[in-house]
Amino acid sequence: MSSGLIRATAAFIAVLASPCLVLQSAWAAGQWPAPPAASAFTIPTAQLIQPDELNHLLHSQGDEKLLILQVGSRMMFDQAHISGAEYAGPGSQAEGLDQLRSRATSLPRTTFIILYCGCCPWNRCPNVGPAYSLLQQMGFTRVKVLYLANNFGEDWVNKGFAIEAGH
Amino acid sequence: MKPAISLALWPRFVHRALRRAFFAGIVTASLATSAAPSGLPTNHPLNKQAPDFALTGLNGQMLRLSGFRGKVVLLNFWATWCAPCQAEMPVFAAWQHRDAPRGFQVIGISMDDDAASARRLVERLKLNYPSALGDAQLAARYGGVLGLPLTFLIDRNGLVRARYQGETDVKTIESRVNALLAEP
Repeated sequence: MSSGLIRATAAFIAVLASPCLVLQSAWAAGQWPAPPAASAFTIPTAQLIQPDELNHLLHSQGDEKLLILQVGSRMMFDQAHISGAEYAGPGSQAEGLDQLRSRATSLPRTTFIILYCGCCPWNRCPNVGPAYSLLQQMGFTRVKVLYLANNFGEDWVNKGFAIEAGH
Repeated sequence: MKPAISLALWPRFVHRALRRAFFAGIVTASLATSAAPSGLPTNHPLNKQAPDFALTGLNGQMLRLSGFRGKVVLLNFWATWCAPCQAEMPVFAAWQHRDAPRGFQVIGISMDDDAASARRLVERLKLNYPSALGDAQLAARYGGVLGLPLTFLIDRNGLVRARYQGETDVKTIESRVNALLAEP
């Protein structure tokens, strides 16, 4: 066997074996690699709104009505949601986006909409990114996304901001 | 003219200040009451008896927490859309395999809205411990599940000894599990 062929075979085996080595070392460290998500990072920073800011807005809005849409889990919405918010379906699923689309379709494109989820840490949330993207595609010009760094419980409920429970 | 203008504005200023003070009072009062609406207890059952539940597991078998009395139970709330949950669950499955002879038991509670997707993930991850679909009532009894992952450690006597919210280093959980397993 020529040395070139041996080198090529060794390289091929190394390519095949490398994912196994990564998994093995992750397992040895007691922590598996997390699945990729991070869809929330697709939202421009300028379109984010902080919890304190939204709480202030809720208590100071004039005639203009905010439309607050929760685009995460129904079960979490039933436990607690921002006062006045509506459930609009999980943004990570096609059915959820359909629900959001049908809710938004008849609205004026200048409606001030706040999206939020808070199911998981911000960098892991699979819902807000696709929901924001859909509203952008539909032509909405005033959409903000609530930045919940950890989750809805820690970053909204525990701060004592206004919530409701139930449907 | 300046003092005259200021005097002319004074009543409006006072009116605004009073209105703001009144509004602030209303806001404070509303926040105090809205922080705990009915059905959403704010107390977690830490260092209390773990709320018992009986649910039909995703495998169709009855899953009753009190049926595991005498074991150290890791109660993990998860969902299919929760990436950190999916990182933890295979680790919990490995512990289940390794530590079951020492009296360790993992129980999963899916916070998904439908059982089918939860069942698919359980099969895909080949989880070796029981899981069931949770609901808002069960979540409320555990202090609210308003962010995932959420894990409780329950000792052999049914007492909740630890609560881990969000992404947690599994080694931290593991060392606490080992400490509880070492207890009589």
